[in-house]
Amino acid sequence: MSEERAILSGNEAIARGVWEAGVRLACAYPGTPSTEILENVKNYPDIYSEWAPNEKVALEVGIGSSIAGARTLVTMKHVGINVAADPLFTFSYTGVNGGLILVSADDPAMHSSQNEQDNRNYAKFAKIPVVEASDSQECKDFVAIALDISEQFDTPVMYRTTTRTSHSKSIVTLGERKEQPGKVELVKNMPKYTMLPVSAKQRHPLVEERILKLKEYAETTELNRVEMNDSKIGVITNGISYQYVKEALPNVSVLKLGLTYPLPENKIKDFAGKVDKLLIIEEGDPFFEEQITVMGVKIDHGKDLFPLVGELSAAFIKAQVEGVTVELKDPAAGLPGRPPAFCPGCSHRGIFTILKKLKVFVSGDIGCYTLGALPPIGAMHACVCMGASISMGHGMAKVIDAGDDMTQKVVSVIGDSTFFHSGMTSLLNCIYNKSNSVAMILDNRTTGMTGGQENPGSGKTLAGEDAISADIPALVKAFGIKNIITIDPYDLKDIEDKMKVALAAEEMTVVVVEAPCVLRYRISHPAWVVDRDKCTGCKQCLKVSCNALSLEEDGDDKFVVIDPNMCAGCGVCAQVCKFDAIGENK
Amino acid sequence: MENTNILLAGVGGQGVLLASQIFTSVAIEADLDVKQSEVHGMSQRGGSVTSHVRFGEKVYSPTIDPGEADFLIGFERLETLRNVHCLKAGGTIIYNTMRINPSTVAAGVSEYPGDVPEQILAFGEKTFLIDGLGLAEQAGNTRSSNVVMVGAVSTFLPLPESLWEAKIKELLPPKLVDLNLKAFHLGREAVKK
Repeated sequence: MSEERAILSGNEAIARGVWEAGVRLACAYPGTPSTEILENVKNYPDIYSEWAPNEKVALEVGIGSSIAGARTLVTMKHVGINVAADPLFTFSYTGVNGGLILVSADDPAMHSSQNEQDNRNYAKFAKIPVVEASDSQECKDFVAIALDISEQFDTPVMYRTTTRTSHSKSIVTLGERKEQPGKVELVKNMPKYTMLPVSAKQRHPLVEERILKLKEYAETTELNRVEMNDSKIGVITNGISYQYVKEALPNVSVLKLGLTYPLPENKIKDFAGKVDKLLIIEEGDPFFEEQITVMGVKIDHGKDLFPLVGELSAAFIKAQVEGVTVELKDPAAGLPGRPPAFCPGCSHRGIFTILKKLKVFVSGDIGCYTLGALPPIGAMHACVCMGASISMGHGMAKVIDAGDDMTQKVVSVIGDSTFFHSGMTSLLNCIYNKSNSVAMILDNRTTGMTGGQENPGSGKTLAGEDAISADIPALVKAFGIKNIITIDPYDLKDIEDKMKVALAAEEMTVVVVEAPCVLRYRISHPAWVVDRDKCTGCKQCLKVSCNALSLEEDGDDKFVVIDPNMCAGCGVCAQVCKFDAIGENK
Repeated sequence: MENTNILLAGVGGQGVLLASQIFTSVAIEADLDVKQSEVHGMSQRGGSVTSHVRFGEKVYSPTIDPGEADFLIGFERLETLRNVHCLKAGGTIIYNTMRINPSTVAAGVSEYPGDVPEQILAFGEKTFLIDGLGLAEQAGNTRSSNVVMVGAVSTFLPLPESLWEAKIKELLPPKLVDLNLKAFHLGREAVKK
């Protein structure tokens, strides 16, 4: 019988792997590059899967499932681990019942992130093992091994991917699901699962012993593999870097680490002893390099050649090792960039157009609306992390006496998914501490930036079942906020008038913008058209940054045209036109 | 056998990823090792998209380094030019001549260069211009220009026509198969001319 093969991304392979390994529950908050794992897990009916409102909740749901004895998957992007760090560090003490893997999808080079933190550091900090695959076959196969480690050593396991392992596709040989023999039932074991000081004091030494046992395991596990070749150069590497090394330096010897914490000290020393020169090639922090240095092993090259910042590549590794530089003509330097922009018809466009006009300081958040920071709109002036907009805006307003100076007034802008994630507590703080700031909640009923995942406001679950649709104005009212304004994001005058009222208010005001994401719901209005006789080519409409509009030239005549295939019919451009040149198609 | 490296470059929404999927499915069916890599996330909002497809006996890196692409498949002229440095010496450029304005051009803060075809030609001696949009329209749907491009590239690869057709039938929704097969063949013929 021939084996079944498929070409899968790392994320699809992890989903397949958890199904094969008998996982019963999977939980996540979406975040690039991790999102597709749960989107694929939901296609396996043997696994219960759900979106949580944030990563802390996702991990806590997972901890519950593990304590009840079920094999469990929790996934998030790297910065999500920051949110989930509180339960993670103590879950390290309680240990598991059913095995649990926590996927941390890191993003070196920040393709779609606000920082490039290397989460292997978290695993060392929390004293839990890390498993890293280097292609999709390993992404699938290592899941079962990681779950075995979790159960054998009574520990959560961090399963770290990077953008390149998560989003690259390669061939995978598929297997079948193996149900796990262990019973799923609640067993009361207070000293293990109730972390009072008295019990935590007993657990901590076990955690330290566990790491020592894992170090022994690291010496023999199949996850760590030596590929002896020419002994002149030996490379210690991991994850996607392994593929680059094999491509760039086919003749070198390699110690490929799949269990990247804790490290196999004897295996490393043995490998180092067999090669003339030792290189450590790892993306991100000098995580191996520092620990191997502490072992007393002489490293010839590490971060001196392979930087802390960004991604590696085969060509870069080859150039650094062989000391050659390749001259390449790069035409991209003088070309106009193609940054992402609000979709035609996006409800955020009008909001940011008016915020810019009002000259206020915009305290922003993480989501599609962060694109409001980019030119030509450029109306977001701070953005740090999920849920921070409202609290930062409150802090600003408390120390600034703006008076009538609009440039010193703060508007905090947050989306629905981010509000549910961690913005609700910020808003509660505002009303509790008598904030005089303005918060705008852009409610488009979806988690847009990651591709439109369901959230507590969507009315649907991950599995597509009907669910509650959380009522944001009612929630805000329940916090005790009296000034609640709702606005129509496609009526620019309405936005401006109501924002002026909000900015003049003495008390905390919340502006709720309700309009569904155009990726999911079409606007029922035909494309708009430009009357060439009226258009003066002033470019005012182009400042709303819509890809459906472009400036055309016919001799000396300059005029704007609207691509009818792209125009969603929102009419924002028509409202900024001073010459009434943009009208309805008749 | 050396690996074949195909770099696809276009704009979010042009079907670059479906085209990549056709390449990888054909390669796996031909019993080759294959890897494909793309970065998505921000690219969905009208940004630049590139996809790397590599196949051969054994493929390690999922990405194609600058100067290593055997084929550069451009889905839009500016995106083709943006990636010409990825082409290997003697490599082939096949690109759709259509123009899509970046948001910065649409907003009037930068200009779309007028001499893109000439600049592309300076990089690749073997350059084929395809009227992807026109041929897609001829096939019955402007959105099938990605499959026109697949057809054009397929003539350069030692893989049987029937295999490509089989994979198009497999990967596209049933009601779109016929028009995409037409688009595929129009792409093939465009290169032969």
